[in-house]
Amino acid sequence: MEVENRKIINEQVSRIRSEMKEDVAVEGLPIMLSKDLSLHYGDFHAVKGATIPVYPQTVTAVIGPSGCGKSSYLRCFNRMNDYIKNVKIDGTIYLHDQDIYDASVDPVSLRRKIGMVFQKPNPFPKSIYQNIAWAPTINGMSDRMDERVEKALTKAALWDEVKDKLHQSGLSLSGGQQQRLCIARTIAMEPEVILMDEPCSALDPISTGRIEDLIFELKKKYSIMIVTHNMQQAARISDFTVFMYQGDVIEYGPTDRIFTRPEKKQTEDYVRGKFG
Amino acid sequence: MTKEPASHAYAKNLAFRRKKARVFKYMCFAASMFGLVFLFCLFYNIFSNGLSYVSWDFITHFPSRFPHKAGIQSAIWGSIWLMGLTAIFSIPVGVGASVYLEEFAPKNTFIKIIEINISNLAGVPSVVYGLLGLAIFVRWIGLGRSIVSGALTMSLLILPIIIIASREAIKTVPDSLRYAALALGATKWQMVRGHVLPSAMPGIMTGIILSISRAIGETAPLLVIGALGFVPFNPKGPMDSFTVLPIQIFNWASRPQIEFHKLAATGIIVLLVVLLMMNSIAIFLRYKFQSRK
Repeated sequence: MEVENRKIINEQVSRIRSEMKEDVAVEGLPIMLSKDLSLHYGDFHAVKGATIPVYPQTVTAVIGPSGCGKSSYLRCFNRMNDYIKNVKIDGTIYLHDQDIYDASVDPVSLRRKIGMVFQKPNPFPKSIYQNIAWAPTINGMSDRMDERVEKALTKAALWDEVKDKLHQSGLSLSGGQQQRLCIARTIAMEPEVILMDEPCSALDPISTGRIEDLIFELKKKYSIMIVTHNMQQAARISDFTVFMYQGDVIEYGPTDRIFTRPEKKQTEDYVRGKFG
Repeated sequence: MTKEPASHAYAKNLAFRRKKARVFKYMCFAASMFGLVFLFCLFYNIFSNGLSYVSWDFITHFPSRFPHKAGIQSAIWGSIWLMGLTAIFSIPVGVGASVYLEEFAPKNTFIKIIEINISNLAGVPSVVYGLLGLAIFVRWIGLGRSIVSGALTMSLLILPIIIIASREAIKTVPDSLRYAALALGATKWQMVRGHVLPSAMPGIMTGIILSISRAIGETAPLLVIGALGFVPFNPKGPMDSFTVLPIQIFNWASRPQIEFHKLAATGIIVLLVVLLMMNSIAIFLRYKFQSRK
């Protein structure tokens, strides 16, 4: 089964690489790969057959105008769409060799390995400490919790700001700090992949800058997939870029090429700011 | 000067509109005063009749056929027993049902029928619940005219209110909180237990306490299942026969002697104090849970 999956992944990756007509900066296999992934909301075809790899220790950005299906696509990677009614998903996504839509996969344990950061900061209405500690506790990783909390907050570049008020409410922080708290909460679970759904769209430019610096740091350890409507942000932080338009993946490639020498006319129009 | 007539008409119209707004404001004020005036009439009536009998003896004595010896100790204990058991029966079932309906239930016709029926049940007259309790708990299950029968009947009566209030409270918990928990690898139960219930707790508590204070004042269903009007002893256990405050009041009010009417008024004062205390607890708990966030 897994051998079979590996064969499929290999085929897809070599096809994608040959289509890109140039060397990809990373070696080896992707940590995640979506293959012909389609998503329907009832009759509405929101994602139309996306085949995209996510490489380890890289940032893959998904850009496109509002309503192009990029957030829906991202939510397929940790099966958050399971909770939305009338959603039908075809095709699949692999994590390593594992088909995550296989009946044997428990979405709960999948989400332990694939973290998610949402558009609007959504800390729990609990203390900063508990915000971090809750998920490890319910997943049975409650040993040496103080250390874990400090480590997560440090990695999220928030420790110095909150170390003296760990028992204050997470909601007392500013928007940017709340979002970094949400990132810290995700890191505390030691995931392999972090999905980010427009994490800066509710933040001011300074907070946005700090989150971008943070993403750059996190990339050293985690694989990150980020949806953004901010093209400059994608250009600044990502290694690979996916351009989606009306549910179709129009173009996928290394970020600098997508932004300097796009192959498709639609991509060029979008990155030059002619629409969207 | 073609504009002049138009603006004149406008000014005239504006004055009229202002007047209409003013009239409407006073009408609404009168409407909100209506209930308050009658509440104060009631207070005046009760306090002028009943205040003279308020004493420690009244609270500690058992009912008696001599008005100056009569008290409501057994009724107070009966009410406490009844409320305690009603809370034990109705809170887990009510909160459980609302959590299921809001968080787990599929959105199909069957669930819709359940939801509509719960709303309908909230509007069923309480005496009908009394008949139901008499048929099922007293006769069929054979619990007799006991506190348990009364508490189960009361639980049925307030369950729809608890469910509706708890569902409303759970609905106000933002989805972003649910997604945050799920995305961290929580199961649905962990999500509900860790975040949805704590956030909905003030609303759920308020619903529970208000519905229990409604149950304290209910008389009709307990009369039907056969709570007694004259109980000169305190209930010792859940299977004992019992009386409660409103039934004791009803019993006194239906006697011919004027002294007993005054005793009824005194009983109402005690009942009002109990209700006010419960409502204050509801407000206090709500405030406490909200400020903790």
